[in-house]
Amino acid sequence: MQLIACPWCGPREELEFSYGGQAHVAYPSDPAALTDEQWARFVFFRDNPKGPFAERWAHSAGCRRWFTAVRDTRTHRFLSVGPLAASGSGATS
Amino acid sequence: MAEIQTATLTARHPLEGYRDLLEALSAELAPALALELGGLVAAVDLRVDPAGGGPAAVEQVVGGPLPTRPDTWTALPAGQALRLGPDEWLLTSAAAQPEDWEFAVDEAAAAHGGMAVDVSAQRTALRLRGGAARELLTTGCALDLRPRSFPHGRCAQTLFGQAAVVLVAHGGDDLQVLVRPSFAAHVVDRLVDAATEYRPDPSPESGPASWETP
Ligand SMILES: [Zn+2]
Repeated sequence: MQLIACPWCGPREELEFSYGGQAHVAYPSDPAALTDEQWARFVFFRDNPKGPFAERWAHSAGCRRWFTAVRDTRTHRFLSVGPLAASGSGATS
Repeated sequence: MAEIQTATLTARHPLEGYRDLLEALSAELAPALALELGGLVAAVDLRVDPAGGGPAAVEQVVGGPLPTRPDTWTALPAGQALRLGPDEWLLTSAAAQPEDWEFAVDEAAAAHGGMAVDVSAQRTALRLRGGAARELLTTGCALDLRPRSFPHGRCAQTLFGQAAVVLVAHGGDDLQVLVRPSFAAHVVDRLVDAATEYRPDPSPESGPASWETP
């Protein structure tokens, strides 16, 4: 099992993390204006690259914060880990 | 007309049924290992922007410093302040009533857009002492718990087996485990089982000692 470097807690076992899918999927600015097909594309369709992939991860068993990481889908290796996502009270540290 | 009976409810440690077992075990394993139940404390979960004036305002109320670095804790006059996340702390007090503790911290934090919630019943505490304490925890936890990596003043939210725990380092041979009451018996059972490793060689006459869990 590999270690994932949580931006807050440091290196922790992969078991402590949960996966949140593709990163940087923007919420539509005017959802009501979308057709069913466009909405389905936003909800269900994700990239599936062979190689580096920017993803959302949560440190569920640790600090419980979300962050973005780039993982190589061929090797399952983490290439980089971004900063923590902003939380409810606006603190990102 | 029936007379109304009133009773005072007293707080009881969720692992009260393990107290005798842990005492007997600790006596047998001394000085390598001692397991005991932690005290009941008032606890609040504080959420506040670390960059604003919130932490300083809370420090005034709790009478001690809040930890500034990730995964560290500081001592308060009658409790502890543990850093759980960038904008999250766990503040405990053995002296205050839970509702007073929550009110005082929340009032200080609210002025800075933060909040505090009473979580006194959320976690229960175990104390592990002795030269084998750290090694015992590694039977269910993958963190590097050697004193060099996890010295006095460190804490960590992690997993022990399948249970979410907060590990708190008080010293080289002194660790505290915070765990949800519903997982606490599971964690103690695992620790007691793992502690078999440290039993002295049984003499043939005495027969097997009973460590049957309640
Ligand atoms: Zn973390």
